[in-house]
Amino acid sequence: MVSKEQIMSSRERILSAIAGVPSESKKLPEIPAFRLAGDLEELFATAIMGNKGEVLSKEEFEKWLPTMHFSKVISLSNHFKTHSTHELPEDPHELEDLGLAILEGQLGVAENGAIWMEDSNLGLRALPFITEHLAIVLDRNKLVETMHQGYDLIGNASSGFGLFIAGPSKTADIEQSLVIGAHGAKSLRVVLI
Amino acid sequence: MSHPANATEFLKDQAKAKWHDETLWFVRDKRDRISKTIPEWETLRELASQIKDHVLANLGSYLEDFERNALKNGIHIHWATDAEEHNQHVLRILQEKNCKAIVKSKSILTEECHLNPYLEKHGIEVVDTDLGERIVQFLNQPPSHIVLPAIHLKKGEISDLFHEKLQTEKGNHDPTYLTQAARIHLREKFLGAKVAITGVNFGIAETGEFVVCTNEGNADMGVHLADVHIACMGIEKILPRRKDLGVFLRLLARSATGQPITNYNSHFRSPARGKEIHIILVDNGRTAQLAREKFKNSLKCIRCGACMNTCPIYRRSGGFSYGSTVPGPIGSILSPGLDMKKHSTLPFASTLCGSCSDVCPVKINIHEQLYEWRQEITKTHGEFGKGLSMKLASGIFKSPLAYKISGSLMRSALKTLPDSLIYHPLNTWGKSRNLPETPKETFQQWYQKNRS
Ligand code: SF4
Repeated sequence: MVSKEQIMSSRERILSAIAGVPSESKKLPEIPAFRLAGDLEELFATAIMGNKGEVLSKEEFEKWLPTMHFSKVISLSNHFKTHSTHELPEDPHELEDLGLAILEGQLGVAENGAIWMEDSNLGLRALPFITEHLAIVLDRNKLVETMHQGYDLIGNASSGFGLFIAGPSKTADIEQSLVIGAHGAKSLRVVLI
Repeated sequence: MSHPANATEFLKDQAKAKWHDETLWFVRDKRDRISKTIPEWETLRELASQIKDHVLANLGSYLEDFERNALKNGIHIHWATDAEEHNQHVLRILQEKNCKAIVKSKSILTEECHLNPYLEKHGIEVVDTDLGERIVQFLNQPPSHIVLPAIHLKKGEISDLFHEKLQTEKGNHDPTYLTQAARIHLREKFLGAKVAITGVNFGIAETGEFVVCTNEGNADMGVHLADVHIACMGIEKILPRRKDLGVFLRLLARSATGQPITNYNSHFRSPARGKEIHIILVDNGRTAQLAREKFKNSLKCIRCGACMNTCPIYRRSGGFSYGSTVPGPIGSILSPGLDMKKHSTLPFASTLCGSCSDVCPVKINIHEQLYEWRQEITKTHGEFGKGLSMKLASGIFKSPLAYKISGSLMRSALKTLPDSLIYHPLNTWGKSRNLPETPKETFQQWYQKNRS
């Protein structure tokens, strides 16, 4: 067992070891606003496809949805309120048999398809992972060029949890063959509104 | 065993060694192609390098900022000077929570600290949840690559293993089928774990948050279902500002696997209601490395694995041949800092071709440091160095195959030798658009100089 005193001394030991290393001053560089030329919607859709997701219109999504016969759907999107079959539970373990989660994203990055979401979009942090299929609703006016513009928009706004999600759960750990649906969502549909 | 001896072992299965070589080359090639789609790629590398240099020059104050902000966010902070103390912290938290089974996502640091055997010794079941890591865990092996843990295995071997461990159909080699079996198996573990452990890709000083990147979503599946999240973080993982992530997330996945970003990039700032987050800040040789002027910037590494994928020796000798937690070129400059004697042959497991330095997203001068370690090992430890050159000699020159390989990989030879020496076409090198620099010294020259 480690006592409280030892914990303090480890902290001091590490910090004083660092302080003992002579170092010349190195400037922290400013990050230029790298841009990306082209049609953002097209670039975003191509990126999502590359990440093994799919971009749909509202109509296409509404056509797809009934074909899946989901018995359990949770929607936190105002655009698809009526599609919820269940309320958000208290305990994320109850989401184990969730077929589809419909959530809203805050912004999308055209260079790589990454979509930013925070606690306020997720309801429960486990939701976008534990659900079998995931749909993210995104305002097409909220597309930015690169990650730099993405972080500019997010700023330091404080959410306990935030994530860039760019595709479905995937792995290539068996002989580098790509398999979709490792642990988390087996598909990602992005509905551009 | 020395690196040459291990490499010889790996090369016994020539078909598999060839596959290993070609597959990693393919990953390297993907990295090349995607990096060329970003006009500012080289500028990004330079920025990443400068940001990391700046962090290393101000590490103490950034760590204090990080700690202060994380504490403000309701995160518990623990400091560990070495692996032992790190492991004790983890065990203590688990015991406080009365927890007997945990899930863990990929963390090279916990490998470095040998956390799994430590916890198992204390009666805790540890389940590695990254698919590749679960596979090697079933085999009681460490990962052979920091990004692709099971790259040394063929699907037939994994099929046999899953047949034994997960009762999959015998002879079914289909990766989709095998992955599905692992999904079902691990789902149960995720749902049952009260504590989840992750590594940390980046810690942000100004916000006190940390970022974990995965493609599988296994880190998140673990932590969001558990009550307690323990994040194990090397003290060098700090970035000053949140916006620095823009630079690093653009570089990381592209360098690692040639994809534009990992599918899940989670930013943990404060625990969800009723839950706990603990960060363990680990030194374990890092401050010592920081004090070595010539080697300090090896601490800039973001563990993308690109230097492994590009390294002709790594590709042809396999991760296990290095006998260190982090293999490949970066492992060969980190490991001697931890134990020079044990890892004395690693800085020689290189052609000094410089391809590692050319692909490194944070511009670590890896091949120059390899050269420096050679000097260090042979000069400062004269006696020890003598033994070493004999060891190298007996390892490489007694084994015709290993000799051929080390010989054929020598920089000078690469340009001129025909494609016939080993199975792999040497024009692999011609494909590389990041042309290597001329090495300061070839292996042969080095050997001549140091053999007496
Ligand atoms: S040394 Fe550079 S190339 Fe190698 S793993 Fe680290 S960051 Fe990647």
